[in-house]
Amino acid sequence: MVIYGVAILAGCFLVGTIAGEIIGSLMGIDSNVGGVGIAMLLLIVFVDKLVKSGKITKPSLDGLSFWNQMYIPVVIAMAASQNVLGALTGGPLAIIAGIAVVLISWACVPLLSGKKTADSSFNNSALRGEADA
Amino acid sequence: MLDMIKGVFVDNGFVTAFLVVGLTMWLAYFISNKLTKGRIHGSAIAIVIGLVLAYIGGVVTDGSKGISDVSFLAGIGFLGGSMLRDFAIVATSFGANFDEIKKAGIRGVASLFIGVILSFVVGAIFAVMFGYNDAVSITTIGAGTATYIVGPVTGAALGASSEVIAISIAAGLVKSVLVMVGTPFVAKLIGLNNPVSAMVYGGLMGTTSGVAGGLAATDAKLVPYGAVTATFYTGLGCLLSPTILYLFTNMIF
Repeated sequence: MVIYGVAILAGCFLVGTIAGEIIGSLMGIDSNVGGVGIAMLLLIVFVDKLVKSGKITKPSLDGLSFWNQMYIPVVIAMAASQNVLGALTGGPLAIIAGIAVVLISWACVPLLSGKKTADSSFNNSALRGEADA
Repeated sequence: MLDMIKGVFVDNGFVTAFLVVGLTMWLAYFISNKLTKGRIHGSAIAIVIGLVLAYIGGVVTDGSKGISDVSFLAGIGFLGGSMLRDFAIVATSFGANFDEIKKAGIRGVASLFIGVILSFVVGAIFAVMFGYNDAVSITTIGAGTATYIVGPVTGAALGASSEVIAISIAAGLVKSVLVMVGTPFVAKLIGLNNPVSAMVYGGLMGTTSGVAGGLAATDAKLVPYGAVTATFYTGLGCLLSPTILYLFTNMIF
């Protein structure tokens, strides 16, 4: 059933978020530390196990796939609810510092990601996610 | 009659959001295919339209939540709010390759620390150049260039003035918007076409909204790799900025 897939997603999301809150409070900060990242890793590992052992059906996977494909619309809604006015009227210091940090960080990406490796597995791995969004 | 229609939109805000976002995407892909012959990705155009709408919403309502401050479009704020955003980000990991994440693990973690510290230093330098000379203000503005959440969290912890906190939020917003819009244009230049560089990208940039939007507009397959590191960034920034980074700043000024 479709809801099973959505429920697995929701379960991973909530467990990850709780873990993130716990890590945050252990570090003494009132913030979720990596909850979403933990949830992502949980989902990858858990779904992989289910698929490999054949315990998950196609409709259940469709429940995951639906939200996977809703990602771009959600991001567009997110863009439309940003405080863009605040960004553009934040004064010269905010604008210059914001632009500078992005340009410098862009320049650092190739330095840190190193030599491009042949990624045969990456290009073949879009079996479950959509290819084009 | 018009009031009645508006009432239906207001009462069913979430459903209205599906329609509005769907129409936006249709328009964006139409522009992408017809006017740019597919050279600029449809989702990149859709995100720019979204940001323009957000700007219009800000001007019209004087609010801080973009177009979702317009009453009958409030559902867009829910659809694009942190709960569904994070839920959809987690869903992107469906189809991601765990081996790739493990392979890039150390680089990803390194890029997180470098990203937070680099952003902080750049922000702090500009704060000094603009005449701030107390450690609390410099730290808060430095933290704001990490993300627009780290800035106010740090500022509140250190007791910065509200003017400085506002600057730190604005700096983080500028970063987020620029990453969203700019990523597809620099992707080729910086080798952003594989899981390793996407994880490094998430760690260096850190703004979850920026990375999530920017990578979506570049290649949706890269999103989970960028998001998996970016979602640790704000937490790490909130941890380092008011503590170690503040101590260092305090030693210098």
